[in-house]
Amino acid sequence: MLDNNRGHIVGINGNMITVRFDTFVTQNEVAFAIIGDKKLKCEVIRVNGNKADLQVFESTSGLKINDVIEFTDNLLSVELGPGLLTMVYDGLQNPLDNLAEESGFFLERGVYMQPLDRETKWEFTPTAKKDDKIKAGDYVGHVPEGIYTHYISFPFSAQGNWTITEIAESGEYTLDDIIGKAENEKGEVLEIKMVQNWPVKIPINAYKEKYLPEDTLITQQRIIDTFFPVAVGGTFCTPGPFGAGKTVLQHAISQHAQTDIVVIAACGERAGEVVEILKEFPHLEDPRTGKTLMERSIIICNTSSMPVAAREASVYTAVTMAEYYRQMGLNTLLLADSTSRWAQALREMSGRLEEIPGEEGFPAYLESLIAGFYERAGLVKLNNGESGSVTIGGSVSPAGGNFEEPVTQATLKVVGAFLGLSRERAEARRFPSIHPLDSWSKYNSIAAPEALETARKTLQRGNEVNQMMKVVGEEGTSIDDFMIYLKSEFIDSVYLQQNTFDSVDGATNEKRQKHMFDKVMNILKTEMKFEDKDSVRKFFMELRQLYIDWNYAKMGSNEFKELEQSIDRKLKESTNA
Amino acid sequence: MRKVYHKIIQVAGNVITVEAENVAYNDLAEVTSKRGVSLAQVIRLQDNKVYLQVFAGSRGVSTNDEVRFLGKPMQISSSDNLLGRVFNGAGRPRDNRPEITEDLIEIGGPSVNPAKRIIPQRMVRTGIPMIDVFNSLVVSQKIPIFSVAGEPYNDLLARIAMQAEVDIIILGGMGLKYDDYLYFKNTLDEHGALSRSLMFIHTAADPIVECLLVPDVSLAVAESYALEGKDVLVLMTDMTNYSDALKEIAITMEQIPSNRGYPGDLYSQLAARYEKAVDFDDAGSITILAATTMPGDDVTHPVPDNTGYITEGQFYLKNGRIEPFGSLSRLKQQVNDKTRKDHRVIMDTMVRLYADYKSTCEKQSMGFQMTNWDNKLLKYGEMFESRMMDLSVNIPLEEALDLGWKTLAECFDKTETGIKTDFIKEFWPENA
Repeated sequence: MLDNNRGHIVGINGNMITVRFDTFVTQNEVAFAIIGDKKLKCEVIRVNGNKADLQVFESTSGLKINDVIEFTDNLLSVELGPGLLTMVYDGLQNPLDNLAEESGFFLERGVYMQPLDRETKWEFTPTAKKDDKIKAGDYVGHVPEGIYTHYISFPFSAQGNWTITEIAESGEYTLDDIIGKAENEKGEVLEIKMVQNWPVKIPINAYKEKYLPEDTLITQQRIIDTFFPVAVGGTFCTPGPFGAGKTVLQHAISQHAQTDIVVIAACGERAGEVVEILKEFPHLEDPRTGKTLMERSIIICNTSSMPVAAREASVYTAVTMAEYYRQMGLNTLLLADSTSRWAQALREMSGRLEEIPGEEGFPAYLESLIAGFYERAGLVKLNNGESGSVTIGGSVSPAGGNFEEPVTQATLKVVGAFLGLSRERAEARRFPSIHPLDSWSKYNSIAAPEALETARKTLQRGNEVNQMMKVVGEEGTSIDDFMIYLKSEFIDSVYLQQNTFDSVDGATNEKRQKHMFDKVMNILKTEMKFEDKDSVRKFFMELRQLYIDWNYAKMGSNEFKELEQSIDRKLKESTNA
Repeated sequence: MRKVYHKIIQVAGNVITVEAENVAYNDLAEVTSKRGVSLAQVIRLQDNKVYLQVFAGSRGVSTNDEVRFLGKPMQISSSDNLLGRVFNGAGRPRDNRPEITEDLIEIGGPSVNPAKRIIPQRMVRTGIPMIDVFNSLVVSQKIPIFSVAGEPYNDLLARIAMQAEVDIIILGGMGLKYDDYLYFKNTLDEHGALSRSLMFIHTAADPIVECLLVPDVSLAVAESYALEGKDVLVLMTDMTNYSDALKEIAITMEQIPSNRGYPGDLYSQLAARYEKAVDFDDAGSITILAATTMPGDDVTHPVPDNTGYITEGQFYLKNGRIEPFGSLSRLKQQVNDKTRKDHRVIMDTMVRLYADYKSTCEKQSMGFQMTNWDNKLLKYGEMFESRMMDLSVNIPLEEALDLGWKTLAECFDKTETGIKTDFIKEFWPENA
């Protein structure tokens, strides 16, 4: 940091300050506004002549004209290293638990803390040797972190080829200890630590190539995995009006998704929702590992009443951490709730900068920023040939629930799966309220394509019959059409709908999903003979009852087997009638 | 001695500009004009220009009026002596009693650390089945009543306030009709609740800037009481007026509007207020009940729309009833599994069937033949409306649940309701 690189405030407008600087500034560098004995973090967002506009990540209350600004010449960065898992950070990577110990109930401004603990000793095992050739992203060694082996990478920012000149022996080290040194052709020496910084807005690109995402990411939500699957390394979005269950769905995915690491970015949403995660995850068991969900999670939480500028940073902070764990060959899932709040933060700042607005006041560069964010997802081949992935799921909160708005539209262009939540379904208590006709996915389902097509067609036809029935009435509908309608309602209520709050029904694993889907398909394909509509309605109601009970039964239990037999028996009735 | 400035170089809307030095952002000033003294707040600094928002409005402010900076931001007393009193948005008494200046605290303080919040789990019993059964209200919830002008939303607010067991009630009135203010005051008085209440009232006739301060002062005071261990209920009516005041100021400040003239930060502004609702780890709590009127009954209007994304649900008041569709309590899951085990079953089933009833009504109005099933639904729908939805119904939760089973049994066969068999065995009334 240059001691003399300072500036002075010449204007304050909300959380934007205008600063006259003495020597030079760098776009997007971090600066601090000095107020009393406190320093408020800012970021340079526009430079014009000898003036720069800075967004302040805190309340600007009390700042005055001529107050001093210190520039740091560093871009907004996060610390990456062992110890990130289980942590809860704000958008600027301040550890919230430590802040609570420091300042109590409230988030006092100007209090920043070290994101990663410096006291903890990590059991380091070197894998690189002296005289090894090394480049950015290659492993130098590893430490155990909870359930995973945390690989220490050669700094991602290192350019060109280096040679290891020193490497520490196996043993316990803290993050500040130097565990190795490397030298390049120019004779520059680089000290290697277990922690490194990386600017959040730049993707970590220390890998060989990107693959096409193919495998289905099992979320244990039937409507997703079977009908609108998400791929490992893919992207998806869940737009929906308020009350449609976006957050509940995201929670369900964060709990049940079969992935190594989950990074949750609570961006500009309710604090209460994060609290649920914070308090529940340490007690919920992840059946894959037998440990708590917290041990595979990092939570970035910049809720709606926390400073807006930090909200903008929070999604980048989160995705950078997801990329970091991807570099270890792990599959990571980033859930951002909600990307609309992030876009709104951009809009607020754009307004203060008096930029010419695009649609609905959003800045014209919104689309490219959203695209850039989702492009950070992917399945990659790492330097060592292994693969790792980042899957990104963003919820979108469109104004008025109207999907035509700019954020939803910009998102739809770049994602691989669209899980559109619908107010009608939510009001009819059909959860998850993902619309089975409007949603789409470009990824591979766990079900066979032909079966899926049949199921889709039934839903489609059922909907048509339902529309038609509204015009011609039930009496004007043929019994065959009516049966199709009831079949589509049946798939909807027993397969698409799922009770998140039930310990059994809330999560359906791949094996069970396939089994259940076959059963549903079997019912769809059955040629049924009924005399009149009342009897067919009665039949489906009873069948639904059995099937719902079956959904709630643990797979493999006696109850499960008995109910399955009852369903089969019931189905036979329909053909003998 | 603080310097006095006499040269106002610009007056636009309620914002005046003076040239001054050493002024801090958000500080207060006193503007003395022929109309009297008004507080003003610094909302922008540009070189030596200071932009001040005048609380009493700029009408009658002359260019040579006196501006004196107080060197501190807006503060409000948090003393217990506030109880039973009525103030305006700027914190000045409007009940002809003396001003209170002890225990001053700053308004608009920092946000609560999410790590220090706890999961809300205390249910607020209201005696209204549409709330207790279907959308339970929870301590520390923030929830608005969505409604249109003319609906009894203020009556509903007052009724919930009276039945809820809280230590302190704070009423923040924004653009309130004088009659409504008197209604609240009389209701509190009748129930003997005046001595544990205080009011910050901005009536429709008062300067618009004071309207903007009402939520901040109300919540700052609520926060200080809550930290002392009190359970505080804050009523805010009407948040649409507050949003309109924000819009007015934003337009005069030449901000780029986002949607229907509202500023781009409407969401953040509303969220900063609503998010003050909290249940502190080892202290009290703040519960926020607000009224949001929807122009034209349009839930996609920017104010209800942004509000819906912030609050933990909403009660949708229409035709004098809380509608089961559109109403939602996001925190109900935290409490309705601890009340009685059939609570959720009744909640889900009755609403689902009511939705079916609604589509049957559509069919009926188009003149279609009613099937057996349709007739059952019609009977059910009418019973549901009179037994559950009517706002005059005032029964405890348990009674409401029993009534729910009774209604189901009177209308349907066991297998028609889609209820899990275990529950049917245990709760289905046999003699219905």
